[in-house]
Amino acid sequence: MMLPALSLAKRELVRFFRQRGRVIGALATPVMFWLFLGSGIGRSFAGQGGDYLKYAFPGTTTMILLFTSIFGSISIIEDRREGFLQSVLASPAPRSSIVLGKVLGGTALGWIQAFPFLLLAPTVGVPLSAAGLAAGAGILALTAFFLSSIGFFFAWRSESVAGFHGIMNVVLMPMWLVSGALFPLAGAYGWMGWVMRANPLTYGLSALKSAVIPGAAEPFAAGVAVAVIAACAAAAFVACAATVRGEGA
Amino acid sequence: MGSAIDVRALERSFGERKALAGVTFDVRAGEIFGLLGPNGGGKTTLFRILATLLPPTRGTATVLGHDVAADSAAVRREIGVVFQATSTDKKLTSLENLVHQGHMYGMSGASLHRRAAELLERFGVADRAGEYTETLSGGLRRRVEIAKGLLHSPRVLLLDEPSAGLDPAARRDLRNVLASLKKDGTTVLITTHFMEEGAMCDRVAILDLGKVVALGKPEALSAESGTDVISIQSRDAEKLKAGIAAKFEVPVSVLDGVVRVERSRGHEFVPQLVESFPGQVEAVTVAKPTLEDVFIRRTGRRFGEER
Repeated sequence: MMLPALSLAKRELVRFFRQRGRVIGALATPVMFWLFLGSGIGRSFAGQGGDYLKYAFPGTTTMILLFTSIFGSISIIEDRREGFLQSVLASPAPRSSIVLGKVLGGTALGWIQAFPFLLLAPTVGVPLSAAGLAAGAGILALTAFFLSSIGFFFAWRSESVAGFHGIMNVVLMPMWLVSGALFPLAGAYGWMGWVMRANPLTYGLSALKSAVIPGAAEPFAAGVAVAVIAACAAAAFVACAATVRGEGA
Repeated sequence: MGSAIDVRALERSFGERKALAGVTFDVRAGEIFGLLGPNGGGKTTLFRILATLLPPTRGTATVLGHDVAADSAAVRREIGVVFQATSTDKKLTSLENLVHQGHMYGMSGASLHRRAAELLERFGVADRAGEYTETLSGGLRRRVEIAKGLLHSPRVLLLDEPSAGLDPAARRDLRNVLASLKKDGTTVLITTHFMEEGAMCDRVAILDLGKVVALGKPEALSAESGTDVISIQSRDAEKLKAGIAAKFEVPVSVLDGVVRVERSRGHEFVPQLVESFPGQVEAVTVAKPTLEDVFIRRTGRRFGEER
């Protein structure tokens, strides 16, 4: 069970580092967003007691996870198109371990990019503690696992990368937009507040803020937020495994 | 020897279209079995069913006694599959591809590396084992594919169009590989739309429009009519055909603008023909029937010609 999964996950990492463009794309875009948006809005809406660059910092971390999960999911479509997936599916490796391998690979990719970015926190006035970093690392991993599973779920059925882009724009990007990455739950209008509460990613981000930013005023208790994102990650994985079980004879 | 693969009344539909309309044959242990037929004949559908990637609509298929649909996990352990599309990861080296493949089959450690190195050596890829497979030529990449399929020493190997896109040298190469597999006692099922490749198989099934139109040893199929095939080039093929039909009592047809006559002792027929139709005959060939002729006789069409 674990051997095929680990082998598939390792392959994701090896491939990633052999394709420079992906490293740059997944890392540069969120950082650019963050710097442009954060510096542009700057002190326009001061009153939250800090500047926007600081507010948008944790959200940028989850955006890195989002982007790597998208890249990771696209690789599933490529694997299918290029024929690699066929030979994996014809092997006796259990279906669930194939899913686990792909999702773990995506999770690891997201994590190794998002975590170093987290270390930049002191540049926006967020002091880092060892305990905060450790908790943050765990929460990043959970969130990455969730996003990779969601990406896998949609990518598995997509026949083309173009088709997947549609889903990405309608599902994955909005999920990040309304996760508290750009604006806090506290100030949102009523209906948006509920949309944000229904969004699993909101909990992942909230847990991250609670862990890393001392004295963060989060709408959910840290324990609740972690529990919700963990449960959603598990549910998304089970959904992927169920989808793949239907494949083939 | 018993059957390695047993296919009974197999059907597969895609919506209204029947890709397989009741196919029955068996592959004996240790033989090289060719699945021949034009594109769209049902070969690939059948291949995917045997590789456990597509469930049959009706009928059964078993590999070494395991049902492909009900017991696909057992089938997957027994078979090696070489797809037509390259399944190697081009960003991995040949060795890495093989090691990854081994992990999928539960192999690991030193014994896996030994086996991978041994196969790369056997297929002449050892000196390039450290290069990304995207840098290899089509022929070399195909050899890595076959090595991948053989890695876990399967008793049954399925090969889908292994010679497609290969140059003549690489095809000869493939023939040698098949011969060595046969010596090892591996059962091989190979699909191909090159009729001439049927000759290197112990037995073939010719598939057309989802049905088996011929089944048996290639030489027996070719010889069963006992006739020669006489092909005649003519400026007006239809006129010549009508003339031959009127004068001689032989089956005559026109395929691709060439008049085609099947007759025993063809060499004796040629002088009569040329004398009977002066000026109409531009070139004549007499040949023993090939598998392609078997196909024409059974279906009335040339290979690759639309119905």
